Amino acid sequence: MNKIYLYIILMAVVTYLIRALPLTLIRKNIKSRFIRSFLFYVPYATLAAMTFPAILSATDYLASSLAGFAVALILAFNKRSLLTVAGCACAAAFVVEIFLRMA
Amino acid sequence: MKVGSIDEFKQGCKHAVPVCLGYLAVSFAFGIEASKIGMTTFQAAMTSLLNVTSAGQFSALEVIARNGSFVELAVLQFIINLRYMLMSTALSQKLKPEVSVGHRLAISYGVTDEIFALSFFRKGELYPLYSYGLIVTSVLGWVTGTILGSVAGQLLPERLISCLGLAIYGMFIAIIIPDTRKSRALLTVVVSAMLLSTIFTYAPVLKLISGGFRIIIVTVVVAALAALICPRQDEEGSDE
Repeated sequence: MNKIYLYIILMAVVTYLIRALPLTLIRKNIKSRFIRSFLFYVPYATLAAMTFPAILSATDYLASSLAGFAVALILAFNKRSLLTVAGCACAAAFVVEIFLRMA
Repeated sequence: MKVGSIDEFKQGCKHAVPVCLGYLAVSFAFGIEASKIGMTTFQAAMTSLLNVTSAGQFSALEVIARNGSFVELAVLQFIINLRYMLMSTALSQKLKPEVSVGHRLAISYGVTDEIFALSFFRKGELYPLYSYGLIVTSVLGWVTGTILGSVAGQLLPERLISCLGLAIYGMFIAIIIPDTRKSRALLTVVVSAMLLSTIFTYAPVLKLISGGFRIIIVTVVVAALAALICPRQDEEGSDE
């Protein structure tokens, strides 16, 4: 189980260096338009890839996962807050699962 | 005065209250997931305290759960958290040059999407004490939520936990979807990343690639193509 601490410390060091190096070393703007654009798109691509198709197996049933996914998409598209989107997605899945377990 | 007054610190704390609440909910989900793969509450809390990165921590769980390699974990964290480099770079311009390296190192600890947004759009000068207020309040929520989630994960009934697994994805969707309304390029990036990720998950041979590397490959390919085909205008870069 000591390996878990090595994992935690390794990721902490990597993440900290990413944050600290630019803030301490770089004081000029990044000139490369490609790198600037790439860095801009990275979070969107990462989060999208992490969300789908993993969200389909986030709960015990495909149907409840789909319900949560749909609710989250609709609310997010209407610019609801982070908390509302996450909470309602869970609630939708929970309601669907209640029906599934009764059936 | 370079550090700022105690009022700066108080303002930072106050402005970070919504972030603190949001973090409570998200890290609650992280705590649950962490307990699912067998992490103790102390280990989960330590992960949150030392990393303060939602996407990074969630993705790390997957690697840790299947005893993945250290190299894979390091590369995964590097790619997923690469965006912090852009944010740190932007913040380095916002801080006055006379702010010392010590303060810069301390502020670096708390560069997250939300704290960055509050610091960067702070009117007037950005003082280290304001940043510390933001960081202390946000991290308090982040670690507390993790502990509560980890304990709850061991206590709550399975059917409730099953649904809470959606919270993190709901959060990701809430972050990326609203911006796709403003930009065709972003919409294409999000849809392509989801499609490519689906192909990598189910296609023969490709599905053998581990989850962590799948996300790295999809991210680099999609973001690089988007940057080539649809580079950002300079004036757009400031409105993130």
